[in-house]
Amino acid sequence: MAFNYERYLRLQKMPTLWCWGCGDGVILKSFVRAIDKMGINQDDVCVVSGIGCSGRFSSYVDFNTVHTTHGRTIAYATGIKLAEPSKLVVCVAGDGDALAIGGNHTIHGCRRNIDLTMIIINNFIYGLTNSQTSPTTPRGMWTVSQKAGNIDPTFNTCNLAIAAGASFVARETMIEPKKLEKTMIKAMQHKGFSMLEVLSNCHINLGRKNKMLSAMENLEWIDSISMPKKKYDALPDEEKLNVLPLGILKEDKEADEYCSMYAEIQKVHQGERKKITQDDFEKKI
Amino acid sequence: MATREVISTGNELAAKAAIDAGCMFFGGYPLTPSSEVMHVISDLLPKKGGTAIQMEDEIAGISAVIGAAMVGKRALTATSGPGMSLKAEQLGLAQMAEVPLVCVNVMRGGPSTGLPTRVSQGDILQSKNPSHGDYKSITLCAGSLAECYTEVVRAFNIADRFMQPVIVLLDETIGHMHGKADIPTVEDVEAGIVPRKRFDGAPEDYLPYGCEHDEPATLNPMYEGYRYHFTGLHHDEHGFPTEEIETCRKLIQRLEDKVELHKDEIESYEEFMMDDAEVMIVAYGSVSLAAKEAIRSLRAEGIKAGLFRPITIWPSPAEKMKEYADKIEKVLVVELNIAQFHSEVQRATARLDIDGLFKVNGRPISPYEIVTKVKEL
Repeated sequence: MAFNYERYLRLQKMPTLWCWGCGDGVILKSFVRAIDKMGINQDDVCVVSGIGCSGRFSSYVDFNTVHTTHGRTIAYATGIKLAEPSKLVVCVAGDGDALAIGGNHTIHGCRRNIDLTMIIINNFIYGLTNSQTSPTTPRGMWTVSQKAGNIDPTFNTCNLAIAAGASFVARETMIEPKKLEKTMIKAMQHKGFSMLEVLSNCHINLGRKNKMLSAMENLEWIDSISMPKKKYDALPDEEKLNVLPLGILKEDKEADEYCSMYAEIQKVHQGERKKITQDDFEKKI
Repeated sequence: MATREVISTGNELAAKAAIDAGCMFFGGYPLTPSSEVMHVISDLLPKKGGTAIQMEDEIAGISAVIGAAMVGKRALTATSGPGMSLKAEQLGLAQMAEVPLVCVNVMRGGPSTGLPTRVSQGDILQSKNPSHGDYKSITLCAGSLAECYTEVVRAFNIADRFMQPVIVLLDETIGHMHGKADIPTVEDVEAGIVPRKRFDGAPEDYLPYGCEHDEPATLNPMYEGYRYHFTGLHHDEHGFPTEEIETCRKLIQRLEDKVELHKDEIESYEEFMMDDAEVMIVAYGSVSLAAKEAIRSLRAEGIKAGLFRPITIWPSPAEKMKEYADKIEKVLVVELNIAQFHSEVQRATARLDIDGLFKVNGRPISPYEIVTKVKEL
């Protein structure tokens, strides 16, 4: 039987404002299938988004939804999560939203290892606002704010998240929605901060001046710069330079999760345990 | 109403008031001279099962507070001028999405880093419109230690009534003042809590933003089966983004009117020796304490001075100020900024001959300075 998307979509908001062939729709469908497979009640899920094309994600799905300001997704979600730690809170943001204006919140969300799932839809450009440079725009590409060619170095989203302390880090592409769905489930089931970068297309605003005029051409480029982690690991170092590994890149099930740790703070103040000291932590600095 | 005597600081009383008013979440960032609010509440909240978190910056502090308030919790943040500047955009979202919260601003010298440890009242106009766009701010100002407590309690009830942020202005002097205060009992505070309005009908009939032209949104707690959408975009009665002309106009007009047409529920002020006053001093916050001392001295010398002290700065008690200014010739606004509330007194009274005593060097105004100024009028 075909999957019943209608149960999870706000049909009155359709059609979406996303361009024809945009990867956001594929990611949205993978997301609702993942939620369905997890068997979570829609009432127990909060989806938080920021500004940009990805910002509209939250208005299309029938959960508790919050469309925040530019870049602040994780900061809002941190309050939402701490207010009701038993609920599933998922952030959806673009590369500009999560890594430029919201970069500070992203690294601190990772550092706290609070139980949020962050899906960064990386289309390598500011799509909604017509092709400005993002922190993941490849060097040398044309952007409307760097018509002579982008000189800005890029962030590697997953390496950043790993370094900042996220306990689950993965990267997938929207080319393989089934694999994406599986990794989404793992990310959302993980207790701790889960960063899932999804490489996606923007043939309209990335592709138009970078020789990827169709969605297919844009996806072929994504395919050419990414490969499964296992295959990537086998590459000689010099060939890894311009390739992004796909799959689960980090999964630490033992790392302290922030809400659980805060419950210990509550116990201290309620006289149920002694103060927290350095001895409570293996890694202190 | 029963009271209890406490010895405390203004900042500490603000934190305790939040706890007694049912606050369950604090998000903030260290900002002199407000930090003691965070220091105190970070012990008190976990004790009662709530959460206090020091976020990575001011923006994150208020963002987390708005998030917790969206879930349905009473939530507080505290800061000072530089933090208010950073929080401005999120305050705008809370105005637009109608999310209630309380933001304590312990004013220090500005602009920019200014005078971090010294007193000012330079954020009066900022608190009227911290964010871009049209909306109606609600700003209360504590004029005594006791009011650091009572106005924070009132702010939570007003925030839930009007479904929007409420700013409580303290200033460095009053925030760090240490002394005796008579404050209401916890039982009285709890008995006075007016929770947010909620919708109890069928979820398919729920229109969170479908309300009368002068009423706030009805936002049920999250996770209770009423799935809806928060956004900072113009939105329809469901909360979904729209650019429909009439819907946009009505929304912004309602944000204005829900406060403007009900300001009698918010406005408060103190009249001190105003019955026979021939000189009206307008002062608020810590300055009002100096003004009261000055008035006692002036009266001992036979000068009939009185104090009009606005407790709600925005909306201002404009009608009452006009009523007095229509019959009292000499009106003096004393404040620790350059004519910020003075301009509001001019507007409210439709008089351009309102005098001012302004001080902006980070030091309090002494009663002697006020006495001298009044004698010159």
